[in-house]
Amino acid sequence: MSSETQKILTTDGIPLEESLKKAEKKNKIKAFLLVCPLLLFLIITYVFPIGDMLYRSVDDRMVTDMLPKTYKAMKQWDGKELPDEKVFEAFYLDYKKLVEEKTFGKLATQLNFEKNGFKSILKKLKRKMKKFEEGNYKEQIMNVHKRWADVEYWRALKRRAPSYTYAKYLKGVDMYENEDGKIVQVPEDRRIHKILWLRTLEVAFFVTIFCFLMAYPIAHLLATLPMKYSNLLMICVLLPFWTSLLVRTASWMILLQQQGIVNDFFVMIGLVSDDSRPEMMYNKTGTYVAMTQILLPFMVLPLYSVMKTISPSLMRAGKSLGGTPFIAFWKVYFPLTIPGIGAGCLLVFILAIGYYITPALVGGASGTLISNQIAFHMKSTLDWSFASAMGLMLLTGVLAIYWVYNKLVGVDNIKLG
Amino acid sequence: MSKNSEFVKFDKVDKSYDGKVLVVKDLNLDIAEGEFITMLGPSGSGKTTCLMMLAGFETPTNGEIYLDKNPISNIPPHKRGIGMVFQNYALFPHMTVYENLAFPLRVRKFSKDDIDKKVDKALSMVSLSGFENRMPGQLSGGQQQRVAVARALVFDPAVVLMDEPLGALDKNLRESMQYEIKHIHESIGVTVVYVTHDQSEALTMSNRIAVFNDGKVQQLSSPDKLYEEPVNSFVAEFIGENNRFSGQVTDVSKDKCKVKLDDGSEILANPIAVKSNGEKTIVSLRPERALINTKDKMENNFKGKIEEVIYHGDHTRVRLNLLGNKDFILKVPNSSANMDIKLGNQINVSWNSFDARALDPK
Repeated sequence: MSSETQKILTTDGIPLEESLKKAEKKNKIKAFLLVCPLLLFLIITYVFPIGDMLYRSVDDRMVTDMLPKTYKAMKQWDGKELPDEKVFEAFYLDYKKLVEEKTFGKLATQLNFEKNGFKSILKKLKRKMKKFEEGNYKEQIMNVHKRWADVEYWRALKRRAPSYTYAKYLKGVDMYENEDGKIVQVPEDRRIHKILWLRTLEVAFFVTIFCFLMAYPIAHLLATLPMKYSNLLMICVLLPFWTSLLVRTASWMILLQQQGIVNDFFVMIGLVSDDSRPEMMYNKTGTYVAMTQILLPFMVLPLYSVMKTISPSLMRAGKSLGGTPFIAFWKVYFPLTIPGIGAGCLLVFILAIGYYITPALVGGASGTLISNQIAFHMKSTLDWSFASAMGLMLLTGVLAIYWVYNKLVGVDNIKLG
Repeated sequence: MSKNSEFVKFDKVDKSYDGKVLVVKDLNLDIAEGEFITMLGPSGSGKTTCLMMLAGFETPTNGEIYLDKNPISNIPPHKRGIGMVFQNYALFPHMTVYENLAFPLRVRKFSKDDIDKKVDKALSMVSLSGFENRMPGQLSGGQQQRVAVARALVFDPAVVLMDEPLGALDKNLRESMQYEIKHIHESIGVTVVYVTHDQSEALTMSNRIAVFNDGKVQQLSSPDKLYEEPVNSFVAEFIGENNRFSGQVTDVSKDKCKVKLDDGSEILANPIAVKSNGEKTIVSLRPERALINTKDKMENNFKGKIEEVIYHGDHTRVRLNLLGNKDFILKVPNSSANMDIKLGNQINVSWNSFDARALDPK
């Protein structure tokens, strides 16, 4: 109230606030210009691609734009029985145009995603279309292949009418919108994504646990050893960082394969017999072993940086006050390392959940993760919108984990160094 | 009330970290029950190592430490029942003040009521009642210090060790904390072993002071004796201010000796560490024992030239060039009789031979 009735003035009579703004303006512009390149970089390489990905995952205009007449004619169709002649004629005209423009392949691919078998009947239609006579297209098209007379295919076509769709997201969790517009699960033998999601979570979870169990003693040793030895140990921890990920994964392949070094060693010490060497690669075991090793530094470093700041006199205080070494550790040391544990676990978990190269190389069929599936759709089926949808689901999952973590531990408690 | 005069006993204790250098050499030290003893010395003199051996964080390389007549070298720190106040307080940052104080009681399986009572008592002792639920990070340095003291005392240990506990505080706070710790010691009668490199702290607080240098106890005595009667030149130099004359003994009688200084003049001194003629010696004289323009008859009377005058309010510090010593310091009380102290003046300086202690020539 007082600030409105009685503004503070500078000695020159300008209101203090204005004067302050003026004085800070130059610095603000300078600061903005300094961060500008980075900001642009972030927008171009991060915000824009993610936005594009989000858009692509729901965008369905391609089919809509390719078949404008068909969808116009279909508006009146109730979808119960085969559409009437008008729809067939419109479809014939649209498709003819696409064939002339030689873009019908895209339509075939897209419609095939919607319903299997579309591609072949479209190709057949293209061949037979040249001999079509004018009029009565319904009859002629249905004669091309019996599936053209199947109302299911026309319903599938109609389902692609809206410009935007969430079908890809449903597909990502093994569900789809059936003919009646209800969301149902796909048949049990085709639910591969659910398995992959669960497996991804499981692998990420256990890799995090393994990393934590191995990294905690290492980090403690690093933080307490005399400089001479801790530097050496630090190099051992960091060495994998300086080696290519591919090389490391490949070396695990050498180590873990059935005729590999580890198996040879087991046979040598008589742990297993020569003809029953365990399979340690191309399954989950391989994924666990290689990922744990590769992600270990991401756990060690945050733990180390936190442990480094814990004064050794705290443990001494705990002991001098009567706590056994275990109590001193558990009540004094361990709680103080929680920020590092949080940071390390979050880091490892998030990295593990989207891991690609290692599971692809050593995972085999039972060790692949969701990211491999995304890559498969990016590279092989070219269903980019589905890949985008799964990518976004992964991103949402990570954000959700981050949110839960923030609720439980608090992000302010994270310490990376 | 028979108090054990050997409550803590260091018996021929040696300590070496690397097998090459002895950090503590042949330490023999008896600490009486209820005593406030200070280990004083420059850094690297071995005093903290002694404390750590007593606390159990270091083991003696040789010799044995006894606590109430029991050897403790093989007892782990948490079973010794010795309270400790650390240099940087070592409060547990993730626990409240209450939890910090309750920690030693909880591990001793006290009941909830007993813990509450004891924590209350300990906090009121350091006048921090009402701070139970604060985190250590929310307290000032002095308050943290008090919590650390309370925590070391809350489980009624027989001995409390303090490792330069006031080092991080500012001067005023340090002084008031000195008195506070002293009063706590007096009121509960616990044995305190205190380590510091600050001599005024040691002189203010202790019953006895052990001056450490080079891994050895140079002198162990009460504060006044330490100041008035240093037994060697290190102690004389380390405690308080000190004027030094180096020279050679020319004549020794029972309580007097003549010392010929390097510039040729002769002074009379008190033979503490010299026995025969020809010995090298350093004569030590406290600044306040040398008087100017005195009418009393004293054995040593010399003229010196004033080189520097520093005004200190209640007294004036005067640096003289006297008998070849350019750093001879005098403390002149601020009185109207001493108005002729001006730079470059010659003044008469006198002192008794008793106060000039002829010590080892180190």
